[in-house]
This record gives sequence, structure tokens and C-alpha cells, in this order.
Amino acid sequence: MELALTILLFVALVATALTIALVRRLFAVVMLSGVFSLLSALLFVLMDAVDVAFTEAAVGAGISSVLMLGTIALTARSEKRPERYSLVPLAVVLLTGGVLIYGTLDMPNFGAADAPVQLHVGPDYIRKTPEDIDVPNIVTAVLASYRGFDTLGEVTVVFTAGLGVVLLISGLGRRIRRRREGAD
Amino acid sequence: MNMQFDVEFLLGHMNYWLFVVLMMTGLYIVVARGNLLKKIVGLNIFQAAVFMLYISMGKISGGTAPIATGNPDEIYSNPLPHVLILTAIVVGIATTSLGLALIVRINESYGTIEEDEILELDRIKSDEEIEKLKTEASNSK
Repeated sequence: MELALTILLFVALVATALTIALVRRLFAVVMLSGVFSLLSALLFVLMDAVDVAFTEAAVGAGISSVLMLGTIALTARSEKRPERYSLVPLAVVLLTGGVLIYGTLDMPNFGAADAPVQLHVGPDYIRKTPEDIDVPNIVTAVLASYRGFDTLGEVTVVFTAGLGVVLLISGLGRRIRRRREGAD
Repeated sequence: MNMQFDVEFLLGHMNYWLFVVLMMTGLYIVVARGNLLKKIVGLNIFQAAVFMLYISMGKISGGTAPIATGNPDEIYSNPLPHVLILTAIVVGIATTSLGLALIVRINESYGTIEEDEILELDRIKSDEEIEKLKTEASNSK
């Protein structure tokens, strides 16, 4: 059952990604990237990562779609048709994909309980969280309490990015208005 | 490497290969498409595929989401990949928004968001500058 669902979601994800590559209207591209995020959120639920799933649904399908819609409103509505097609990108992608698949060959099986990832500090966090932090959600406990300083660093990254965005596009409306007055 | 290609191996590794297919679709969009917004979308697809690969490593068959139920025999999937990817998603949206702001700024300066047109405009500009320097040099002789 779970396997069938995973394969179904994958078919949908790959189809969405390929359509994004082919479609020329940017509005459709933005909407499809929202669809992609929602489908990947479903896949995260299937792999027990519920916190990641709702963050992906809120951030990937929500905020980033809004930001991209704002960008196409300010720039262009459709992609230009390329003058010539090159096979170099396809070759690069196939080569990289081949190397990555070769790299997965000695990985442990999906879902294996004796994989190296499951034998190191993970079980410690699962065992100690109820006593140490007294929060049932272990992901929240690690994020906000055990690794609270990392999360503070993440807030700094988001703040810096926000500052960069403000510096890049501040005064845009004023400049557009001035140019329009100059044209009249 | 010592391994055998049986059904168990194929089913256990199929997920990873599907993630690689998704990842490469994203990479193809980034490399082959000239539209800057589409490149950002491709980057997001690539990123989402990396997240899926990471999350899939923490999954234990028969396990449940890492939220303590009080049942001592419960098997939980590993919460640490989830924590890492939560941070990565938030940093990802920060870089996406910075990229989108850069696109808006590039469109303001060049009037286009197609990579080849931007390069063409840059080439014309630098050719003009070279011409100007040449005429200045011949005038001073």
C-alpha cells in the first residue's frame, strides 16, 4: 500500500517537474511549482516527517508562490523560445545522475532499522527527550531546545536575506514612477 | 563492492533512484533554460529532491512520526534528518527570495530576464567601450 502510494506520488512529481521544464507561460510555471511543493509535502508525510511536511506546504506552496507571482508581475509573463537547442546540458545531467546512482548502490536499504543513521545519536534523542524537555514532539524539542542556538543562527540568516531583498528593491516604485513621468 | 541485484535490493534502492531522477530534472531546468525565474524554480525542485533523499534516510519501516506516544515499544523514525531539513527549508526560502529580488533588479537594469539577451546586451556595451578607448588612443597619438 505504502509502496503503491510512493510510486504514485513519484509519477506525479516527475510529471510536474517535466511540465515545468516544458511550459513557457511563467504563471503556469509558478502554479506548478506550488503543486510540486504540495506533492512533496505528501511524500514527507508518507516518510513520517510531519513537521517537514507542513513547513514545506506553508513555505513552498504558500510564501514562495506569492513571491514568484510578485516577481512575474514586475518582470515578464512568458519565457522566450530558445533559438537553438543544445545537447550539452542533457549530457551533463545524465552523467551527474549516473554518478549519483552509482553512489547509492552501497547505501543501506530504504527503511532499514540497522542503517548507520539509526544507530548513532538518534536513539539517544528519542530516549531522553521525554525526561529532559518534556515535549512530546521530538523534532520540536531538538529544534528549539537542544539545538536552540542553531535555530537562532537560522533566524540571523533569514534576517540577512530580508535585509538584502530590501536593499535590492528599495525605491523601485519611485524609479518606475519617475521614468513614466520622464516618458510623458 | 559485494552485493546482489535481487528484488529486495531493487525495492530498497528504488526510492533513492527516483530522488536522483527528480534532482536531475531540476538541474536540467537550471542549466538548459535561459529564463531566470525558471532557473529559480529548477533550483527549488533540485532542493526539494535533496530534502526527500535526506528524509528517506531517517525512515524506519513500521516506524511512526517522532512524536512521543507514551508506549515504550513504539518505533520512531529518526527525528534528526527532520530537524536538519526544517532548517534547510527556511534557509531555502531566504535564498529564493534573495534570488527573486535580484531578478527584479536585473529586469529594471536590462529590461529582460532572459539570460542570452542579458549577455548580448553586455557584449554590445563592452564592444562600445572598446571602440571608445580605441578612438581615444588614436586621437592622442
